[in-house]
Amino acid sequence: MMIVVLSLLGIGMLFETLGVVGLYRFPDVYTRMHGATKCTSFGSIFICLGAIAYGILLAVEGQSVLAVLSLHVLVALLFLLVTNPVGAHAIARAAHRSGVKPKLAVVDRLEEAGK
Amino acid sequence: MIPVPAFLIASIVLGVLALACIGRAVIGPTMPDRAVAMDTVNTLVVGMLVSLGAAFNAVIYIDVAIIYALLAFVSTLFIARHLEATA
Repeated sequence: MMIVVLSLLGIGMLFETLGVVGLYRFPDVYTRMHGATKCTSFGSIFICLGAIAYGILLAVEGQSVLAVLSLHVLVALLFLLVTNPVGAHAIARAAHRSGVKPKLAVVDRLEEAGK
Repeated sequence: MIPVPAFLIASIVLGVLALACIGRAVIGPTMPDRAVAMDTVNTLVVGMLVSLGAAFNAVIYIDVAIIYALLAFVSTLFIARHLEATA
C-alpha cells in the first residue's frame, strides 16, 4: 500500500519538473503555456491522488478518523481542476489580443477569424 | 510510519521549482510570459501545501490550499482582463 503512495507522488513530481523545464525551453508564450499548464495540472492531480491514498492508509491503520485528509484533498483537487484550465485560457486569449503573436506558427486561425 | 519523509521532500522540491519559475517571470520578454510564470507558481504552491498537509498530517494546510487556489484563479482572471484592456 505504501508503494502506491510513493509511486503516485513520484509520477507527480516528475511531471511538475518537466513542466518547469518546458517553461524555460520553449520559444514563445503559447508553447510555454502549453508545457507549463498541462504538465503542472497533471502533476498536481497525481500529487493530490498520492495524498488521498495516504489519508486512506492512515484511516485504515486507525491513526485518523473518517479520512478527513482525503476528503479535503479531494475538494482541493476539484477546485484545481476547474480553475487551472480556465485561467490558462484567459491568459492565452488576452495574450493574443494584446498583440503577442505565435513565433513559429504557420497558420493562425484566431487572427483570420478576427478580421 | 513512512521510512523516508517522502511528502516533506516533495514539498521542498516543489518550493525549489516555484523559485525556478520566478526566474522565468524575471527574464520573460513579454507581459503574458510573466503572467504564465506566476500562474505556474500558483499551481506549484497549491501542490506544495497539499504535500505539506500530508507530511505533518494537518488538515489546516489543505484548507489554506483550497482558498489559495480560488484567490489565485481570481487574480489570474484580473491580470488577463488587464492585459486585454491595455492592448
